Order: sequence, then structure tokens, then C-alpha cells
Amino acid sequence: MNAAAPSIARSSPRRSRLAARARSFGASILFAVGLPVLILLAWNLVAKKPDEAVGTEKFYPDPLTVGRAFTDNWVGPSFAEEALPSLYRLGIGIIASIAVGIAAGTVIGLVPWLRELTGPVLEFFRAIPPPALIPIVMLLLGITDTMKIAVIVSGAVWPILLNTIDGVRATDSVMTETAEAFRITRWQRLWFLVLPSASPRIMVGVRQGLSVALILMVISEMFASSSGLGYRIVYFQRNFLIAESWSGIVLLGLIGVLLAVVFGFVERRVLRWYHGMREVERG
Amino acid sequence: MAERSTMLRVDHLSKVYESPSGDVEAIGDLSFTMDAGELVCVVGPSGCGKTTLLKCVAGLLRSSGGAVELDGARVTGPTPSMALVFQEYGRSLYPWLTVRSNVELPLRHKNLSRAERDRLVNDSLLAVGLADAAKSHPWQLSGGMQQRVAIARAIAYEPEVLIMDEPFAAVDAQTRADLEDLVRDLHRSRGVSILFVTHDIDESVYLGERVLVLSKSPTRVLETLEIDLPAQRDQITTRALPRFTELRTHVYGQIQRAKAGAAVSSP
Repeated sequence: MNAAAPSIARSSPRRSRLAARARSFGASILFAVGLPVLILLAWNLVAKKPDEAVGTEKFYPDPLTVGRAFTDNWVGPSFAEEALPSLYRLGIGIIASIAVGIAAGTVIGLVPWLRELTGPVLEFFRAIPPPALIPIVMLLLGITDTMKIAVIVSGAVWPILLNTIDGVRATDSVMTETAEAFRITRWQRLWFLVLPSASPRIMVGVRQGLSVALILMVISEMFASSSGLGYRIVYFQRNFLIAESWSGIVLLGLIGVLLAVVFGFVERRVLRWYHGMREVERG
Repeated sequence: MAERSTMLRVDHLSKVYESPSGDVEAIGDLSFTMDAGELVCVVGPSGCGKTTLLKCVAGLLRSSGGAVELDGARVTGPTPSMALVFQEYGRSLYPWLTVRSNVELPLRHKNLSRAERDRLVNDSLLAVGLADAAKSHPWQLSGGMQQRVAIARAIAYEPEVLIMDEPFAAVDAQTRADLEDLVRDLHRSRGVSILFVTHDIDESVYLGERVLVLSKSPTRVLETLEIDLPAQRDQITTRALPRFTELRTHVYGQIQRAKAGAAVSSP
């Protein structure tokens, strides 16, 4: 009894700590999947089963039916056929938006007269809902990948451009004076001062641009296309393939989540200094 | 010590800020010289245009009249012969760069070999006692250490004149004392000329070989005071010297007179 007591005293705190950790891990898992499971259950209750209400059950597919439609339509070679063209346009559109937005934003932000000159025009173009441009862009560029990319860029570039302008303008005056005093060259100033200092704002713009790009990818394909996610979703709807249509929407959601994850990864790397500094400032 | 040559000459400098609501005369008529290897402190009442003076000397600000000459050549813009240490270290160091990269950045455009650049950076970080912090980011360091980084950046640049604009105004008293001794050490070991602006009278007397007392704005030099304290100074004994007290009392009186004089002359 006496000999056993110390060993109990030693082991029990560790065991309880482990147990606490397991409990908190379990709790976080429960929280993460809890709501999705509830939604699926609720959906399953509302949805019509294939055996009831003959004729309209197609309009209210249950989760399993949609899941089956998802694997049938998007897993395998059809993914390459239908989803990859969309992802290609989305990728090029996003890269072009970021490149154009940052390049033009930096120039406009650095040159005061250019800023005043372009200000009203930028406000006007930014205010136009990009889907309204689709017919005109179609006319100009034809029903091509270029047209769809142009539509994506026409919407996604604005948040990046405007945030870059603001970010570049907000470069700290003492930091700029430091660069002047040490005669740091123009390109080095751009690369080591202006862009890093604007990067938190630029990343905010990119985050907004990503969701706009996804929306415009789908819309541009719904308008005029013979391939792609937007095209397939509309095709399914027109042919009353409701479960299949839902499966396309699920895929869009997943692409959105994937974009957010990739963005988060890049953002943490690019802005590591910024988050670190903020944490220190908060104490 | 050998006869020193004139390094910096400020000749009838004036600066008027023009604005729609009326011109503001920041610097009236300001002349002084600084010898090579000298440590000159500039002290004056707050708001007397000390920073304006420094910016004009460093070529960051165009003067309205008069001239600044460095080693006989007229200063019209920032020159590689001068390096600045700003008061706001938090806004002068780049938070996205490491300590090392911050010190290295101004050297990138000097045509130095990689090895030479590394040597300068290592050497200056060692000189300010931050050799171990090279890979940190400035915001991970205390205020005093950040200002050390700014000093390292300035000395790695190998200037003829080091200009310091109230560099220790934002750090606590103990850190401040350490940094003052660091400045004196660097001055003695590297022979660099230092123009040190401060509003702290004790600091100006403790650090300087000469103290320029400025008037209130529009600024003139009220007095040039030789500081005849021993070259070897330390925080405890030097500050306890009767001569130190005399000098600081004298400067204090001058500053009070500068404030009062300006109050009488202003409407």
C-alpha cells in the first residue's frame, strides 16, 4: 500500500492531463462536424425518398442521392472533362487579376497625378456589375476561354487594385525618409519597402478577389460555354437532373473551400511578420 | 591629437515652410561648423526646429537659404557620407526584414562584394552588441535593442557623419544610459563625426565635446559651448563632477532664456 502510493501520485496527474486533452480534442471534433451532420440529417428529413410522391421526388433529392450523383459526375474522367477547364480558367483569371491589380495599383498608388486622373474612372468601372459585361465581352472576344478569363479579371481585379493603391499610398513617411536618407535605389525601394508595407492590404484585396473570381467563373460558363462547371450545372437543371445539379453546387463549395485553404497557407507565409508584430503589439 | 579639419559647415541656413495660411519661419539664420571626428550635441527648447535642421543637413529637406557643405562639397540631397538614426525606431526599421537584412539593406546599392558586405554587417551588429539577434525581427526586440539595430545600420553604412535625431527620447532611463555610452564608444573607436540632436540637457553635456544651444523658432545658434569634461566619461563619476553640474546648469539657464526671449518677442 505504502509502496504503491507514490506511483499513483506520480501517474495520476499525467493520466488526467491526457484525458483532458483527449476530451478537448473530442470536443473540437464534435464542434467541427456537429453542425454539418445536423444539417445533413435535417436535409434527409425534408427530402423526398425515391419511393414516395411519385413524380416530384426528383426535385427533392436526399443527401445520399446527391452523393451518388457527385461520384457519378465528378469523380473520374468526367472531372478532367468538365471541372478542369473551369479550374484552368479560374486559375489563369486569378493570376492575371493579381498581376494586373498589384502592378497597376502600385504605379497608380505611387504617382499622385495618375491617382487623381484615374480615380473617377476606376470608381465607375468598379461599380459596374461584371456579369452585365458578359454579352459585350462575348461580342468582342467570342465564346472563348479568353472571354471567360476576361470576365473573371474584370470583376476580381478591382478589390486587388484598389487595396493595392491604398496600401502603397499608406507607406510610412519615416520609412520612406529612411530609404531616401540611405539612398536606396528605386527598385529596391519597391521590393523592400513599398510592396511589403502594402502587403497586408494587398492580401485583403486578394481574398475578396478570390470569391469574386469563383462567382464569375460560374456565371461566365452559364452564359456561353460547352464545357465547365457552370455549363454542367445549367445543363443538369434544364434536363431536370436535380441531384446532379446539386452535386455541381457541392463541388463549387469544395473549390471555394480549397481556394480559402490555399490562400490561408500563402497568407500566413507572406504576412508572417505582420501577424507576429500584431501579436506582440497586443501584448 | 592632430588638428582636425572641418567636416561639416552650415552657413546662414534658413528654412521657411510655405503654406496657404501663412509662411512659418522654422529656421532663422543658423551657422555652425563641425570638425572631422567631433561629437557635437544640438540642444534647444522643444519645438525649436531641431528636426528641420537635421533634415536640411541630411539633404532630406531643401533649405530656403544658406548652404550646407560636407567635406567642402555642397549638400543638395542625401549623400553616402551621412547616415541617420531616427527617433522613431519603430517606424524607421522595416518590420518585414530581419535585423540582419535591415542592416544590410542600405549596403545593397554600394558596390561591395558579398564577403565585404557580410563583414560590415557582422562587424556593426557585434559593435552594438546584437550579434545574437541577427535573425530576429525588429518587433521581437525591446525598444533599446531596436535603436541599437538602427545604429548598427548607420555605422555599417560607413558614413563620415552620423546624424542622430533624438534617438533615445523614446527609451527608458537605464537603457538610455547604456545607449549613450554606446554612442561614445562608437565615436571613440570608429572616429566617426556625430551630430547628435536632443532635448535632454544632461544628455547633451554628458555626450558632447561641444554643445550648440539653439533659440526658439525661428532658430539661431544661441551659444556654442565647449564641454571641457575628461574624454573618458562614465555615467556615475562624470555626472557627479562639479564641472558637469556647472555646465548643465549653464545650458539649462540658456534654454530658459531662449524660451523667455521668444515669449517676449512673439506678439
